[in-house]
Amino acid sequence: MTAQLPLPAPPVGGGCRAAPVLKERGQREVFCGLTGIIWLHRKMQDAFFLVVGSRTCAHLLQSAAGVMIFAEPRFGTAILEETDLAGLADAHKELDRVVAQLLARRPDIRQLFLVGSCPSEVIKIDLHRAAERLTIAHAPRVRVLNYSGSGIETTFTQGEDACLACMVPVLPETQARELLVVGALPDVVEDQMRALLAAMGVGPVRCLPAHRIDEETAIGPNTVFALTQPFLGDTHAALERRGARHLPAPFPFGEEGTTAWLAAIAREFGVSADTFAAVTDAPRARARKAIAQAAAALHGKTVFFFPDSQLEIPLARFLVRECGMTALEVGAPYIHDALVGPDLDLLPAGPVISEGQDVDKQLARARAARPDLTVCGLGLANPLEAEGLSTKWAIELVFTPVHFYEQAGDLAGLFSRPLRRKSLLKLEAAE
Amino acid sequence: MKLTVWTYEGPPHVGAMRVATAMKGLHYVLHAPQGDTYADLLFTMIERRNHRPPVTYTTFQARDLGADTALLFKEACRDAVERFAPQAIIVGASCTAELIQDDPAGLAETMGLSIPVIPLELPSYQRKENYGADETFLQIVRHLSRPQNRTARVTCNILGATALGFRHRDDVEEITGLLSDLGVEVNVVAPLGATPADIARLPAAHFNVLLYPETAEAAARWLEKTHGQPWTKTVPLGVGATRDFIAEVQAITGLAATADEGRLRQPWWSRSVDSTYLTGKRVFLFGDGTHVIAAARIARDEMGFEVAGLGCYNREMARPVRALAKAMGLEALITDDYLEVEAAIAALAPEMILGTQMERHIGKRLGIPCAVISAPVHVQDFPARYSPQMGFEGANVIFDTWIHPLVMGLEEHLLTMFRDDFEFHDEAGASHHGGSAPRRPAADVPRDISGQKMDAPEPAVVAVATADNIVWLGDAERELKKIPFFVRGKARRNTESYAAAKGLSQISIDTLYEAKAHYAR
Ligand code: SF4
Ligand code: SF4
Repeated sequence: MTAQLPLPAPPVGGGCRAAPVLKERGQREVFCGLTGIIWLHRKMQDAFFLVVGSRTCAHLLQSAAGVMIFAEPRFGTAILEETDLAGLADAHKELDRVVAQLLARRPDIRQLFLVGSCPSEVIKIDLHRAAERLTIAHAPRVRVLNYSGSGIETTFTQGEDACLACMVPVLPETQARELLVVGALPDVVEDQMRALLAAMGVGPVRCLPAHRIDEETAIGPNTVFALTQPFLGDTHAALERRGARHLPAPFPFGEEGTTAWLAAIAREFGVSADTFAAVTDAPRARARKAIAQAAAALHGKTVFFFPDSQLEIPLARFLVRECGMTALEVGAPYIHDALVGPDLDLLPAGPVISEGQDVDKQLARARAARPDLTVCGLGLANPLEAEGLSTKWAIELVFTPVHFYEQAGDLAGLFSRPLRRKSLLKLEAAE
Repeated sequence: MKLTVWTYEGPPHVGAMRVATAMKGLHYVLHAPQGDTYADLLFTMIERRNHRPPVTYTTFQARDLGADTALLFKEACRDAVERFAPQAIIVGASCTAELIQDDPAGLAETMGLSIPVIPLELPSYQRKENYGADETFLQIVRHLSRPQNRTARVTCNILGATALGFRHRDDVEEITGLLSDLGVEVNVVAPLGATPADIARLPAAHFNVLLYPETAEAAARWLEKTHGQPWTKTVPLGVGATRDFIAEVQAITGLAATADEGRLRQPWWSRSVDSTYLTGKRVFLFGDGTHVIAAARIARDEMGFEVAGLGCYNREMARPVRALAKAMGLEALITDDYLEVEAAIAALAPEMILGTQMERHIGKRLGIPCAVISAPVHVQDFPARYSPQMGFEGANVIFDTWIHPLVMGLEEHLLTMFRDDFEFHDEAGASHHGGSAPRRPAADVPRDISGQKMDAPEPAVVAVATADNIVWLGDAERELKKIPFFVRGKARRNTESYAAAKGLSQISIDTLYEAKAHYAR
């Protein structure tokens, strides 16, 4: 019998892919897509993100970033004022002026993203036209693109999706057979991933987004791509429109998810099972060990996900299958079956799968379910803690390196820390 | 259009949230897209509140725009009133909803709700957070306060404290105690902790104590006009201002009781010899107008600092801040552009900044110590301990807070004497601040037995050109490095302006010491 590349075993009682989805449409408690700028501008080192919006947009960026982490960040807001609202011809001239001012101050900037907001969309400032005009005006030094991070169209991580999707049409064409890995990863994680693939002989490997515009890749009908984040639905569609082919797989969270993700690529590139084992056996064993240590506090506990980053489904899969938790509800802002289908297949049937939000109703469900751990946004965490529920704020999951083998233990640790803390503190008054 | 990196104030509806979140039994229905819910975290994370702010956002989406966002607003309104059973609601729009012109006020009025509905008109594209709080509180007071007789005993209201305010929680407690010394009872504190029913009782007080003009001056003026209540003009920040405040309250009430100064330590701490090193420290002040005006007096009269520059970010306070600056022989910096503030600080090279969290970061970048005196706030501005800024205990707290970032008196001399010590070198920073003391590896600094560093001889004329094209000669540059870090910036700046004034094109060791003699104080 020839050895096979590993495939995760589907749950005995069936998965969640066919489960009915509770669709909610009410008050949401989620950031808008502008938030993605906070990590994207660190990843793309020659890019500047200019939000065309209001004081609210500027305040959101500042608050979500925690007051001023970076003294002069590569993002800013062109705040619309009363005069801009009066006539649209004006707004374009104003934008040209602000961009010229900005580029003069930052000669290191090679790509500029004009980011639409709710106000710019409601008053219909055509940022696509502006981007074309400004690209010509500032060629060849700076490429100007636009996307929307507005709260009327995007939630939280969808901003990264919109940003990457707007880059796809301008990437050059190639016939080369290459692997494109899509999704902004912390550098340390990206390097680990490249090393694993290189050791299997898979290459060349390109990343979207690249660090700098000069490192950008070309794409074409022989490009195959793997996603590292489950929220990249529009980017997925844009890449398919360019003829590239998606390698569906569970997302690389935890030992099992990472193995399945790598195996999907290995299968595509004809890597032998022996080579695969030789490359992954050691890190797999390390990851299992690290998870076992970090997840001790999670075993047998229940978890409830509020919709936030769209990472909910793959993370629920990880927590249930590798950390021994029971999921009660897994809420996601949106569910793209083409992306998270493989994870839904592996998530054992049982939890409520919900899409969208009606926050007060969902809070009522959470209170009734009394989960051991609630994964939610920053606005809800302390209020729920005050009600005696342990919480993990979801934003940390997008700000911390959590992908692939060497971070699997850290990922489990992010969830177990609130529970460990709760058991450590002896703060109740004496009876 | 204005390019903005960091902002001192949020949009006006965040000001309205600060009022709503401070109160009890009031709910805010805000017509806004989902992303605007970020504002909740300001209260739940920065201020560590254990409840969600009492705000219902309609969270309309693009697909609703063509359909019926007005209906969405009405549903949200009805649900909120049912679910939270408030005594009153305030309704308004965020920047985006303002553009779609649904008129939340008009909509809410047609709904026939059984509780008072207070409409807010907050122009998002013209005004900011402080205005939003001030205007919201005014509207609440206008709609809910009822004419009535004064209380039998002498009472006052304390106005202005909000959620997310800089030390508001503790200031209210401190001033309540002070007023009780003066024989004055507190009728209502508002907005902080007040219910709509409490707001109705405001006119029963004999007068109003206005702690934060930024967030409640409009209401204080309206109460004076409508209900004949005088209000205090002195903000009790600092020793002198607190004593003036006491005199003002005595004049209003006609009561002779005075305050207990038993716990006031600031004056002796400032006079004691250890504080000599504070003399003439050049400080730059920036923040909201009220705190800057008060801090300028404290800095000059109660700490013995020299105020090198000052300004505020809220234009509403531009006039008094300009007047104060003029009286001190300075020009006020009125701006909400953080880059302008940074440039002003870099140019002035003060020895210390008294500012906001923004200036704290500017200070980090420029290597200038900074103490925080004003909003905008950060999680560190909500300490667990009692830590007021106002009244006599506030004066004590301010003394401690302001000297904490400085290198202390004796340490200053030791650093000068032993500046080449590999452990106690000047880049280590103040010794009571852990963390930032990289040990200079002894092996990296070879010495001969006489203690001379055995640097490879450097050519004498390499050096750095300044902005005015004045060149620092190599040995002068090295001499400058021997000056302790906390005065090096000032020495560099003084020497350069001295050289420029003398028309010199090079700075030698002599120039350095001539400049030092010239600026000696
Ligand atoms: S970045 Fe750190 S130091 Fe700076 S304000 Fe935020 S928490 Fe404070
Ligand atoms: S939801 Fe809209 S208005 Fe609010 S911060 Fe996001 S883009 Fe700006």
